[in-house]
Amino acid sequence: MSDATRPRDSALIANRRRFQGLRAASPWLAVLAVAVLLPWLFYDYAHGRQNSFMISMFSQMGMMVIFALAFNMLMGEAGLMSFGHAAFFGFGGYCVAHFLNAAAEGDFPVPLELMPLAAGLSGLALAIVFGAMATKQRSTAFAMITFGIGQLMVTAALMFQHFFGGESGVSTDRQSAYSLLGINYAQGLEVYYLIVAWALIAALGMHYLTGTPLGRMANACRDNHERAQFMGYNPRMVRFLQFALSGFFAGVGGGLYAITYEIVTYDAVNLPLSGNALLMAYIGGVGTFTGPVLGAVLITAMQSGVSLMSNSWVIYVGVLFIIMVTFAPTGLTGIIKAHAPLARAGRLGRLVVPYLRLTSPGLMVVLGFVGLVEMLSFLTIGAAEGKRFNVLGLSPNLHASPPWLITAACLSIGAIWLRREARLFHRVWDTLMADLGPAGNR
Amino acid sequence: MTVPSIHLRDLRKNFGATEIIRGVTLDVAGGERHALIGPNGAGKTTLFDLISGRLPLTAGEIFLDGTRIDGLPPHRINRLGLSRSFQITSIFHRLSVFENIRCSLLWNRGFRYSFWHSLGRERSLNDEAGRVLEELNLSPRRNLQAGLLSYAEQRALEIGMTIAGGANVILLDEPTSGMSNTETEFAVALIRRVTQGKTLLMVEHDMQVVFNLADTISVLVYGQVIASGPPATIRANRAVQEAYLGALAA
Amino acid sequence: MQILLGSLLNGLVYGMLLFMLASGLTLIFSMMGVLNFAHASIYMLGAYFAYDVSRYISFWAGLIIAPLACGLIGAAIEVWGLRRCHRSGHAAELLFTFGLVFIIQRLVMMIWGTLPVPYQVPGSLNFTLFALYGQNFPAYRGFMLLVSAGMLLSTWLVLKKTRIGLIIQAALTHPNMVAALGHDVPLVFTIVFAGGCALAGLAGVIGGNYFTTDSGMADALGPIVFVVVVFGGLGSLVGCFIASITMGLVQTFAVTANGSISSLFAPLGFDLGGDTLLGEILTLPIARIGPLLPYILMILILFFRPRGLMGTRDA
Repeated sequence: MSDATRPRDSALIANRRRFQGLRAASPWLAVLAVAVLLPWLFYDYAHGRQNSFMISMFSQMGMMVIFALAFNMLMGEAGLMSFGHAAFFGFGGYCVAHFLNAAAEGDFPVPLELMPLAAGLSGLALAIVFGAMATKQRSTAFAMITFGIGQLMVTAALMFQHFFGGESGVSTDRQSAYSLLGINYAQGLEVYYLIVAWALIAALGMHYLTGTPLGRMANACRDNHERAQFMGYNPRMVRFLQFALSGFFAGVGGGLYAITYEIVTYDAVNLPLSGNALLMAYIGGVGTFTGPVLGAVLITAMQSGVSLMSNSWVIYVGVLFIIMVTFAPTGLTGIIKAHAPLARAGRLGRLVVPYLRLTSPGLMVVLGFVGLVEMLSFLTIGAAEGKRFNVLGLSPNLHASPPWLITAACLSIGAIWLRREARLFHRVWDTLMADLGPAGNR
Repeated sequence: MTVPSIHLRDLRKNFGATEIIRGVTLDVAGGERHALIGPNGAGKTTLFDLISGRLPLTAGEIFLDGTRIDGLPPHRINRLGLSRSFQITSIFHRLSVFENIRCSLLWNRGFRYSFWHSLGRERSLNDEAGRVLEELNLSPRRNLQAGLLSYAEQRALEIGMTIAGGANVILLDEPTSGMSNTETEFAVALIRRVTQGKTLLMVEHDMQVVFNLADTISVLVYGQVIASGPPATIRANRAVQEAYLGALAA
Repeated sequence: MQILLGSLLNGLVYGMLLFMLASGLTLIFSMMGVLNFAHASIYMLGAYFAYDVSRYISFWAGLIIAPLACGLIGAAIEVWGLRRCHRSGHAAELLFTFGLVFIIQRLVMMIWGTLPVPYQVPGSLNFTLFALYGQNFPAYRGFMLLVSAGMLLSTWLVLKKTRIGLIIQAALTHPNMVAALGHDVPLVFTIVFAGGCALAGLAGVIGGNYFTTDSGMADALGPIVFVVVVFGGLGSLVGCFIASITMGLVQTFAVTANGSISSLFAPLGFDLGGDTLLGEILTLPIARIGPLLPYILMILILFFRPRGLMGTRDA
């Protein structure tokens, strides 16, 4: 490399570095800006108060972003599927609940703003203990051990009164701890901003880790653990350290959970929560850093929004998950990334029409499926609850055949049509990609 | 008498009732280029697996620069100065070519399991990795995903990753298999360049490569070494001719 | 004494039921490398199908129809789902079955409601077979033993004595070679998966009225089955059998045992109680530790001997 001896050159280089730094930081700043402004988009200006439902949902998104990213440290970065990750999330929560209660007694003078750090350290401690066992294995054996650990925690949480509080869990009060900033965290908005701050810190930390020797070797061990051994690395140690750090961040999320809801029960260590992390990371895309973030935001929104309208959101999310696993294992960000070579070559416009052609049959399939599920759900669950079945102002009689025939027809015709269009789409896609050459460039 | 780089004493390896390695005793001197040849199924790759710690021994001892290494896990053996390549290309297919090389430099440079160093800032590490890439003729492919390289490029990368870590004893398992003539020429030149001053033990089927590169040749047949010596001696050896070389012995 | 014998018999029945579930799971995992998370969900479906059929036709019809239905569902899952996931690797297959668990559970709740259904032992089998030391042993439990033993015997016969069984055994370890010999390996996989599901369905038919039939039954039994499969060793039916019976006995006996860990130490003069978590763990009666045992066992076995008791391949 040539030396920059002239003053003007070194100034240019310094400027370029600053510009590159800004470019790298801009996505983070943009997301931060959005997160900060988000509650105000839903502010009830007429009554001068925040929309508490939306704040609650956004708070949950923040926690889940941290949890999903921590989960992906194992799944995407290290190639380790952890089926019991909620154990560390929940443990962080239980610990903070106890810390807050201790603070109320005057025994634990840690400010509320630093409680998530305490939660992280608790998660780290548990992850070290369990990690020593789990990381002895890889792949399926690892998945099974983590499953066992998760189930162990759930069973213990239900069983033991001490520490876990049995079925009723541990209650606490976030105002037991003093605040460094003098805020009393009575409002949901204040808690939300605390979550945003910690989500940023956690995400920055986890992102930094991906660029460290440990982070890179975790990737290497994921791709080829034998090769990594012949570079002097003990894959077990790499797995263990990655597991421990992942437990730290999961614990941070759990601490925020305890602060927000002021009660921690076995739900915070349960299998559905572990499954949720899996879902979010996978649907968002485990191969990228932003994938889990996208997945967390999307799934939380779906769960909050759809659950308002329907009891069956579990089915929708489950079906979405299965479809992603089968047809798009790289997740949403993977799909977006796949378009990158086309975008660079300026060929993205060729896909507009094929995509448009997919929307109509796609809508038919979705409507048909949703219709069937909702009607079925109503007949068994909804009717018992005394609700009436309303769609677009109509009240169809579900005991007669017309609504069923219509939705079934919608679903089947839509499916057949979709299959045809999908095949055509694939043909267009393959042709475009083949034109680009093997490495996706000229 | 100087200690040999690799000393194998009466190695035996059984898979169940089947004996694969039936008593191999071999010395590879320091700085020597030693080729291991033999018919398919003779046990050459198994021998490599035993030396590099990938498979456990049934009996015998292995010494690396005088230190006993049998029974040690592969990463320990690697830290003592032995590195190997694989018959079936073994790289980090999802990382970029540059990352592949950089990872092989990490341990030797003392980074260990650090989770605080930001690799992007390590100027001398990145420069070194760039140099290795240059040596391998892979600089144009620097940011490509390693899995997308052509076969010969992947083999070159594999060789690069094997030597980059600074090991003194290099084991190469069929480095030129599947390559065309030009690619083989390039690979041979590369191997000669990068193993300068190091001990090389190589399994090869391509006799031209063997006679080109090797100082010493050992012939493995049915899990036993039937001959060992300089190329001319091996060429003239009747038993080797019968077992393996056939019409090549000219 | 009577409690011992009673627990022994009950543990045996429970163990056989576990074996019916675990054997299908082991076969599927050994052959296809897929850990079917949804296996217990199929068991649940079998119970619900049997309930419906026994309402409209008879229990005995349900004994035939329900497993068949489960087998068909298994075949459908394999052909349309797992086969597509196969090229994305084992992780994708695992996740696919994981997603199925939630969907099936929700579907069951939607179709049959959230409350337990009154799936009952048929009248013809609802009598006491014999009484032992004052404890009644219901004929239905004997029936369960009979069915599970019979089913397992026939599975063993099919695998060892028939041509298709030979092909399956070969495909267990060398699917590519078997394909090269001209056999339709994907079809073999489908048959094995469907067979495993049919087994699970049959377990549901006879187990559903032994335990309660509700939408949580898969969650209750699923983890235990996994532990059994891992404990017994992947790839070994004998290991699976030993593990199932062991687990059945352990869980049954644990419920009836009196005393706790601290009571074991009491004669030595140690007072291990105390108002702490550790104290609570130590003074907890063993009967209540029961639910924790399977997971502790699984973690220990995976740590020390990932091959399980008699496994032929590592997990």
